[in-house]
Amino acid sequence: MTFVDIPVEIRSKVTVSVDGEAVEVLEGDTILDACTKAGKITPTVCYGPTVTPVNACRVCVVELEGARTLVPSCSRPAEEGMVVKTDTERVTNNRKMVLEFLATSSDVSQSEEIQGWLGEYGADLDRYDPATTERMTDEVKIEDDLYIRAYDRCVLCYKCVEACGEDAQWTFAIAMSGRGFNNRISTEFDVTLPDSACVYCGNCVAVCPTNALQFKTEFDLRKMGDWRPEDQTVTRTVCSYCGVGCNLDLHVQDNSIVKVDSPMDHSITSGNLCVKGRFGYQYVQNRPAE
Amino acid sequence: MPEIAVTAATATDEERNAVADSVLLQNPGQISFEAAGPALTFDGDRVARGGQERIFNRRHLLLPVLHDVRDAIGWLSEGAINEISTTLQVPPAEVYGVASFYELFTFEAPSAPDALHVCDDTACRIKGANELKGELSADGHNVHGSPCLGLCEQAPAVFVQRTGEAHVSVRSATKESVEAALGGAMTNPVAPVPQSSEDLTLLRRVHDAAAVDYDGYVATGGYEALAKAVAMSPAEVVTHVGNAGLTGRGGAAFPTGFKWSAVAGEPGPRHLVINADESEPGTFKDRVIMEHDPYSLIEAMTIGGYAMGAEQGWIYIRGEYPEATRQLKSAIAEARSKGMLGDNVGGHNFRFDIELRLGAGAYICGEETALLNSIEGYRGEPRNKPPFPTTHGLFGQPTAINNVETMVNVNQIMLLGGDEYAAIGTEKSTGTKLFCLSGHVANPGVYEVTYGATLREVIDLAGGATGNLKSILMGGAAGSFISTDMLDVPLTIEDSRENGFSLGSGVVMLLNDTVDYDDFVARIAQFFREESCGQCVPCRVGTVRQGESLLRIREKGAPIETERKMLDDFAMVMKDSSICGLGHTASGAILSAIDLGLIGGQP
Repeated sequence: MTFVDIPVEIRSKVTVSVDGEAVEVLEGDTILDACTKAGKITPTVCYGPTVTPVNACRVCVVELEGARTLVPSCSRPAEEGMVVKTDTERVTNNRKMVLEFLATSSDVSQSEEIQGWLGEYGADLDRYDPATTERMTDEVKIEDDLYIRAYDRCVLCYKCVEACGEDAQWTFAIAMSGRGFNNRISTEFDVTLPDSACVYCGNCVAVCPTNALQFKTEFDLRKMGDWRPEDQTVTRTVCSYCGVGCNLDLHVQDNSIVKVDSPMDHSITSGNLCVKGRFGYQYVQNRPAE
Repeated sequence: MPEIAVTAATATDEERNAVADSVLLQNPGQISFEAAGPALTFDGDRVARGGQERIFNRRHLLLPVLHDVRDAIGWLSEGAINEISTTLQVPPAEVYGVASFYELFTFEAPSAPDALHVCDDTACRIKGANELKGELSADGHNVHGSPCLGLCEQAPAVFVQRTGEAHVSVRSATKESVEAALGGAMTNPVAPVPQSSEDLTLLRRVHDAAAVDYDGYVATGGYEALAKAVAMSPAEVVTHVGNAGLTGRGGAAFPTGFKWSAVAGEPGPRHLVINADESEPGTFKDRVIMEHDPYSLIEAMTIGGYAMGAEQGWIYIRGEYPEATRQLKSAIAEARSKGMLGDNVGGHNFRFDIELRLGAGAYICGEETALLNSIEGYRGEPRNKPPFPTTHGLFGQPTAINNVETMVNVNQIMLLGGDEYAAIGTEKSTGTKLFCLSGHVANPGVYEVTYGATLREVIDLAGGATGNLKSILMGGAAGSFISTDMLDVPLTIEDSRENGFSLGSGVVMLLNDTVDYDDFVARIAQFFREESCGQCVPCRVGTVRQGESLLRIREKGAPIETERKMLDDFAMVMKDSSICGLGHTASGAILSAIDLGLIGGQP
């Protein structure tokens, strides 16, 4: 008789106290998971369900009893008996400062989430004198017809690097370069994307939290003042190129596809696509010349 | 493994040779990771492939290869990066990302082959460094401002990064001595230890020029500590270190015995890493040990390797310490040839060897987890803790990371026994401590005192302050300014903590009333801004914002009250939410300067 080993993941449960409420999560889950389970809405920027958290943004910090400093909830595994506080003045003040830092150094105007948190946490951006406050002022990089890179919007969350590298694509076309405030996401020697190892899967675009990476179509429409998400429809379909069966979400405005992504919670794609699925939609709308 | 796609730029023959030589000359036989699986592949040009763990590939050779190519060619071209990328099978964007992290690598053909890194940091700044920098620039040299070079007792200092030739440090630099160094003139370092040998324990060999050779070291009691250690079981050695109450001398004062027993209790292979990336402005004690008594470090490491069952030792020394590097290199080679490193150390039936790795100009690599990433060939960005290096350290394996000064204390503990060592000093601060005196002091240098001596006594040992002493910078840029009211505080871990300052790495920088504090404090802010790795938002942006605030106070007459509120907010978020110690300490000196009224008028 042949036995087949069926891998069964056995994870025990741990109980964590979140703002006084006992929450049960699985071993290996994070404090963020526990907070979410307790109904707390935790702001995150560098965290994404499909990428390894590098816990660089620090906006998700919480107070952990016994820890000298605040801890990043997105990457700290929950342990039995942890006492976590999310609603203290200390947490609120720290999150507010992180948000002030993000908004005074990069253009976060195209992130609805960050805009919302800025208000929620009472960030005071007016106290920063614009004349003496250094920002990211990079010019937009337009190197092809597929996507643009506007690094003045970049918050250096590493998500695109992770998506290009070990978390999805294994292409490693981009990496963090420089040091400190001069850090930039960059190809080697900042060569253009067509010259780099980029395969245009656009998985970096999909995870960017601030729209620093965006479809060229979106960029052009925004420039013309004609980007109207409220008038767009999203149609889910299956990519027709190969047999994998990736789901596509087609964002359509005025009967034209303006953006393509894939559901992050889809078991096949986890939000990732290849160049064909992401950018190869023009044939759908090859209309006869009028 | 990723597929490596590089741009069309190709390497010159010189660059290609430099890469090939570097890879071939990397000390192959010394690293063994058998217990973890296949050993690193060094034979010929074979490359480990196939999505394996970091340890199986050659990524950890990245930093040494970058150094070798820079040193042969003078800079790193696109072609050279491509060559390194294909040779080591590391994507070019990552090679560039790593290389651009470090100050000592440049990516454009330099105006002159040799780069002059002129220290314009704290101690050198008040000894005419800016003027020297101006003179050298005016003469058309390839001049770079540099953070502290660890030569504060012989300020101003210049690090001459030559091409095709050995690097040199110029001490008490003048335009003439720097130009002589460009031509190859080397000056033998003088031990900046004014105390006489009878008053010294850790530093007892620094006045003995013969001690840098194996025979000279052995003749002065060298390797007696190891003999005592191997007469005990490894666990007993760890117990002695624990009983001695030894604490880390790099700044954090963590109990060494605790660390060692944690590592010894983890499954192997284990590593012992020495943090010799001494970059805290005002610190130069480790340099003195390595330049004048390199074997004491090697012996202590060997004891550590024996005690923890670590077969591989690493020394990560900062790239701006050429003389110390040369001494260590030759001492390691000599110890190996004498059988005191290798497969059967001294015939004592254990294996231990040491690999020397050079930093490339990044203060943050003194942070222990950033240091590990740097050795592994990644950007020197600190890791999130937990997990701690004692369980997940170098290559994810259990690792003890110790400072040089901490380590050489182990010899002393072996010679005396843990309990007897613990009787030296105070109850909570045991042993002797090295202090780095610089700035406005009669005899700058490293002083060794028994824990418990007051600040005044240490300053008196150095001949007292010159001029009218106004404040003392304790612990370096990551420390704080204290006033002369504190002169009678004993310099122990507990007393300093009680009085609101930290001994840190032992910096005692005296500053008299001629110091332009606005400029001095601005330089500290600039230091953190330039040395922040930029990984986490609080530190990347906070270090910039606090510098801007100081600028508004100084140049725009901004009201101190509003700016102080902002500075406090910046300090809070950096302290509470940064990943590592750099962010946690980046505001201390600045706030203390305001509190003491050194800048911004009386609070």
